[in-house]
Order: sequence, then structure tokens, then C-alpha cells
Amino acid sequence: MEMNRRKFLKLGTAAVAGLGVAAASTSPAVAAAVNGSYKNAEGKQNDVTWGMVIDMNKMDNETLNKCIEACHKFHNVPNIDTKKDEVKWIWGEPFEHLFLDETHEKMGEKFKDKNFMTICNHCAEPVCVRVCPVKATFMNAQGVVGMDMHRCLGCRNCMAACPYGARSFNYKAPRDYIEEINPSYPTRMKGVVEKCNFCSERLAVGELPLCAEIAGAAITFGNIADPNSGVSKKLADNFTLQRRSNLGTKPKVYYIV
Amino acid sequence: MVEKAFVKRSSKAFWAWIAFLAALFAVGFAAYIYQMVNGFHVTGLSRDISWGMYIGHLTFFVGVAAGGVMIVLPYYLHDVHEYGRITVVGEFLAIPAIIMALLFVVVDVGSPMKLFTLYMYFTPHAMLCWDATVLPIYLFLNIIVGYNVLQAENKGRKYGKIVKALAVFSIPFAFSIHIVTAWLYAGLPSRHYFLTAMLPAKFLAGAFATGPALIILICFILNKLTGFDAGKKAIDRLATTVAYAYTATIFMVICEFFTAFYSNVPSHKAALQYLFVGYHGHDQFVPLMWLFVVLVVISLVLIIPRQTRTNYKVLGFACATIFLSMYIEKGLTFVIGGLSETPFGTIAPYHITITEFLIIVGIFALGILIASLLYKLVVVVKKDRDVEAFPQEDRAGLAMKYVAAYNAANGVVEAPAAIAEAVEEEEKAE
Amino acid sequence: MKKTNVIIGIVIFAILVTVPFWSAILSPASGAAPEVSFDTPVINQLSGDDYKCVEDVEWMRAHHMDLLSDWKVEVVREGTRTYIAEDGTEYLASLQNTCFECHSNYEDFCLKCHTYADVNPTCWECHVEPTVAGGAA
Repeated sequence: MEMNRRKFLKLGTAAVAGLGVAAASTSPAVAAAVNGSYKNAEGKQNDVTWGMVIDMNKMDNETLNKCIEACHKFHNVPNIDTKKDEVKWIWGEPFEHLFLDETHEKMGEKFKDKNFMTICNHCAEPVCVRVCPVKATFMNAQGVVGMDMHRCLGCRNCMAACPYGARSFNYKAPRDYIEEINPSYPTRMKGVVEKCNFCSERLAVGELPLCAEIAGAAITFGNIADPNSGVSKKLADNFTLQRRSNLGTKPKVYYIV
Repeated sequence: MVEKAFVKRSSKAFWAWIAFLAALFAVGFAAYIYQMVNGFHVTGLSRDISWGMYIGHLTFFVGVAAGGVMIVLPYYLHDVHEYGRITVVGEFLAIPAIIMALLFVVVDVGSPMKLFTLYMYFTPHAMLCWDATVLPIYLFLNIIVGYNVLQAENKGRKYGKIVKALAVFSIPFAFSIHIVTAWLYAGLPSRHYFLTAMLPAKFLAGAFATGPALIILICFILNKLTGFDAGKKAIDRLATTVAYAYTATIFMVICEFFTAFYSNVPSHKAALQYLFVGYHGHDQFVPLMWLFVVLVVISLVLIIPRQTRTNYKVLGFACATIFLSMYIEKGLTFVIGGLSETPFGTIAPYHITITEFLIIVGIFALGILIASLLYKLVVVVKKDRDVEAFPQEDRAGLAMKYVAAYNAANGVVEAPAAIAEAVEEEEKAE
Repeated sequence: MKKTNVIIGIVIFAILVTVPFWSAILSPASGAAPEVSFDTPVINQLSGDDYKCVEDVEWMRAHHMDLLSDWKVEVVREGTRTYIAEDGTEYLASLQNTCFECHSNYEDFCLKCHTYADVNPTCWECHVEPTVAGGAA
């Protein structure tokens, strides 16, 4: 497999050079198999599907802001000053923006304007994964819709496809807008798309996503494939909403309103 | 053939024109470098409108490229001989149009150095991959067929069987490039301006009006500049194609209005409201869309009646209005209109920037430059053929006689008696 | 006249084609291989059996990019974050959190060889090198 890929790279290099595009000059000349192996451990639970229930009775603006700050700080999300170029993984959005079909014009302002936590829904039928030409966005074994920044072309098809506005493109060089870089997590470069990753780096080592940890009772996170998990019980016992469930995307983020 | 056209018989004015276009392209290229160094925030694109002018132009020029098939298909599949003289005009239109379309993809991609990994990680369920497959194939087919047809004509032969087979083979690709481009949009849930099964049909109909309209305009321009004559029958027939295709396109636009407004479903209406009357206080495209409406009315009035359609001054004007109206509908406003309603039910405006504008101008310049070079070849080769065929004729009557003789030789219609006599007399004299 | 043009053309072509050779000869940077530094706080603490890299040093020197490329796929796409080296030691597969723990001297380690070999890996566009963050965590 390794050989095939490399062969392809070389062929690709020749083709690319022929087209006058300088690229792939970094492809290693010698093929080498990596001899070590990988531990099929915590990250590879195939019977797990992660899901999240956000209890809006318990989620206040202060908690939400703490979640936003912690998430953006840990994941090196840039704080961009112009609205059209902004990058965000979690943010607040009024009810009427998240639940278009559940809003009507007579609804009281206090319901319409209530600030809801907004993140990627990690859909079970994600449109972004369907349209991505290089599988840079993909669904992992636990149902988390991840981004492979190494592959992203920046074609922004996923952004046009996402019915939830969950995705941001790096219109500006992100490092110029990060106050303090967290050295344990990568930044992104300009020209790629990013979004919430359900903290898959934390899930892999058995930790909750940052927002779920910070929000306490307001966010229940767990395995929705297991009927006895806390999150499944929460879903069974409470009236919950998904965003735009009529689109068939099957979001795995639920709201108690 | 190449030497003849570009070394022996090209004027200073021609090279000045080429140099002018090259300079414009250089300006566009500089703007592109600026965009890549600074990031895409120098464009009008945003978190909400992630596709804008570039992808709009991609869509439009894929349509222009596909439009050439309205000559190629009748000629190769239905033996419509009057197109024999201009099939190469259609094939050579597809070449710059696809190059432009592909360049609009390249300038739109955030990390272009990774662009070719698209073939490495080919993803069958991504429409973009199929676009990236059929567009280059259609491009190469048109280069091969166009060049060989012209080369054969230059040498006074008929093109070979393989060339004809490739030309026929290119026909389904002409359709598929635009179908696949439409499916880029038509499968996105929640984008209701895109989410319509009618989209590929509307795109194709629009392309079959735009492409032939542009070919007619090119024939008229070549005629003005070089005396090239496409033949009256070919132009008339092509104009008829434009009339039908354009009417069908406008019918489908009206259908979209009916479904949106009769059903009264807000998300179906949103984009049309935003574009034509303004929505949530945003109305930046309203003047442009009303210009579109005016152009549509003028175009339909001029292209449908036979009297106006066969008057070449009127036809030229009608083709220009048709091309412009479709450019507004498909190239400038379709993509932005469809994305204007955000997933949050709000409207995101779009403001084109100078950088973006210059890049678009640069790609236009390159496209026109390639077209100029290709049509120069065509004109030189056709002229030689004409001069050989009718050595003593004056230029004005040449093309008419050529077509008549060609038709007669192919048994399409009898050559008019006067011309037949003239040819006979010539033969006697020799 | 024509003949001289052809000869001039050939000469220009030959010069252009051989650019890599003579530019390497003329360039003052060419010379002995660079000395990379292992003088970092963490490496200085290591002794005996612990004084080793993830894999054999010679192999790492030649193939660290293959290992990293492998990790990249395993971690991001497969979610397997623990790498078991040939000698059985387990490592967290992470450039920033494993490699940089020891090699916290980006400029005297990574950059030296990359400059010498004239390679520009794009890793650093996103992965935070220790100098930027002020020492790895």
C-alpha cells in the first residue's frame, strides 16, 4: 500500500510538473515501511456513538461563555476581528436562528431571543462528508465528524453544504489572531476549513469534551448507542429537539428547551 | 498551419491585441498572488457565502463550453451539413471556456498546492470529483478533434474516422459537464434555490442558448474583421436553436417563481425575494436582476419572430442581450443568491472586491487570448480553402458559392441554377 | 545568421538545464553536513537505556518523515494514538506532545537539517514548534 501511494505520488509529480505547477517536491525518494505497530485501544471503540444533550434550562450565558473561551483557547481558534472572516467552534445563537421551523411570529421575545449553544451537530448522515472531494472531512468509528487538516483543499463545498453553519474557513492567517498559542494542540493555516471536533483528542484518552466538562449539568455527553448511558436516559426522559431534523441529516446534538 | 497563421500572415494589430490581453492576464495573475499571500479575506467571500463570483463564473463557463455541442451534435449525428463550416468554431469555443472554468476552480481553492490530491483521494460520492474528471476529458477531446478537423481542412482532406468517433464521443461529455456542475448544487439540503430537480435541465437549456448565441456573435465578429463567412443557413439554423433553448430557459425560470410563490414556502421564496425585490433589508442585487428582466423581454421579442431573427443586425443585438442576461442569471447571481439565506434564516450580503474583480478580468483576458489565437488559425485555414476552391471569385460572393457547391456536392439541396451555370462556365473556360 | 541563433539557443538551454548543478557548486552554503544538537533539558536527563529515540536513531534520521506521516493518518483518521515501537515501548503518537518534549530546540535540531537538505516541510504552518510557544508543555 505504501509503495502504491508513493508510486502514485511520483506519477502525480510528473503530471503536475508537466502542467507547470510546482508541487510534491517534498515527496520522499525512498520508500520505507514503518515497522512499529499501533495499539488498538481507547480510541477504537466500535460500539460507541457519541452524542450530546444540551439542557437549555441549565445553560446560562455565563456558562456558555466559559465553554466558548475554554474551547477556543485550547483548540487555538483565532479571534478574528471582521465578521465575514470569523472562525468559531462554539458560539451562541438565538432560538429563532437555530430552530427555524419551530419559531413563529407570535412567539414571545424571551423565547425567540434566548441564547443557544451552537456547535457542529456531528450528523449521522453528514452532508459535508458526502460532498468533500478528498475525504478531508470524514466520520470516525464513534460517529464523530472530524477534519483532516492535512488534506483539506479549501474548496469550501462543505460550507455550502452544511445546513447548520457550523464550519469556518481560514480567510486570514490564523496565527496572527491567537493571543496565546496552546503548544499541545496545532493551529491551522490559512486556506483550510475547520469546525468543532467533539474534542476527539480528549475522547481518545477517556476525557469528556471541554464544554461538557465545564458546563456540568447543562451538558450530558455520552454513548447514545448504549440505551443505559446517561445521555440515552436523558433523551428518553426529556422532550428534546434536533436542529432541522426534516433534512435527514440526523444530528447527534440534542436540545432540551 | 500554425506557422502560416502566426508568422506569415498576422498583422501588427493582431499581436497588439494579444499583447493587450496578456498584460490584462498579468494584472489578474498579480492579483491572484496577492490573494494567496494575504488569504481569501481580500475577496468578498465570507463564512456564510463560501462560494461566490469564482464558482459562479465556473458554472457559467461550463455552460458556454457545453453550448458548442448544439453545432457538433446536429452535424455529426444528424448530418446537418450547413454546420460543416463552423463545427470547429464550436469546438474551439469549448477550449478557452473550459480552461477558464478550470481556472475559476483553481483561484477559488484555498490550498491550491493540494489540488491534485483530488485525483489521489478520488471520492465517488463527491460531485466535485466528477466535475474534475469530465471537464479535463471534454477539454482534451475538443483540443484533439478541433485541431485535427482544422488540420485536415488545411491539407484539403476530410478528417479521419477516429476524429469523427472522438467528436461523437465528446457529445455525452458536453452534457455531463453541465449536469455534474448542476448536481454540485442540486443535492444540497437546506439550499432551496439550488435544491430543485429542474436545475440540470435549466442549466443545459441555458447553455444551449448561451453557447450558440456566443458562436453567432463570434461569427459576426470574424466576418467584420476578416471577411469570414459562416454561411447564412448555418447562422439561421443556429439562431433557431438559440430561440428555442432561450425560451425554454426562461420558462424554467418562471417555473421556479411559480413553485416558490404559489406554495408560499418561505425558504423557497427567500433567494428569489433577495435577488429581485430585496429581503431582510438587503437588496444589492435588485437593480441587476431587473436589468436581467429587461434583457429577457428584449431578447424574447427579438429572437422569437422570424423577421427579426433573420435580420443579422437585430440577431447580433439579440445574441448579445441573451448572452448578457444568462451571464447575470447564472454567472453573477446564481451561486450568491442560493447561499444568501444563511442556515440561521438571515441574509448575508456579498460585496465583490477589487482583487476578486481583477482576478476575474485576468481569467477573461486569458480566455479571450486563447480564443483569438484559435480563431486566427480557423480564419486563415478557411480563407485558403475558399481561395483554392474559387480562385477567380471576388470575396463577397465566395462563401455563398462555397456553401451552395458544398451542399450540392453532398446532395443536401440543389445548387441554385445561376450558380450551377456559373460553375459550368468556369469549367468550360478551363 | 540562422546557425548562430541555433547555437545561442542551445547554449541557453544547456545553462538552464544544468542550473541545479552549477548553482550548487557556486552556492557558499554547500559543505559539510550540519551538526544537530541534542542539548535540551529533557534529553540531558536521559541516561542508559532511556537514552533513545522512538525508533533506532539511524532509522529515525532517514525516515522520521515516514513515521510522522504514518502517525498523521493513524491519529487523525483512525483515532489510534498509541504507537508501539519495535522495542515494545509505547508512545503517544504526537509531534507536538511527544517529539517536541525531547527535541525542544527546533532551530538547532529540525531546522538545521531541513535548511541543509533544502526541504520545506509544511508541518510548521500548523504544528506549533517549541520556539513559537516558548517551550513544549
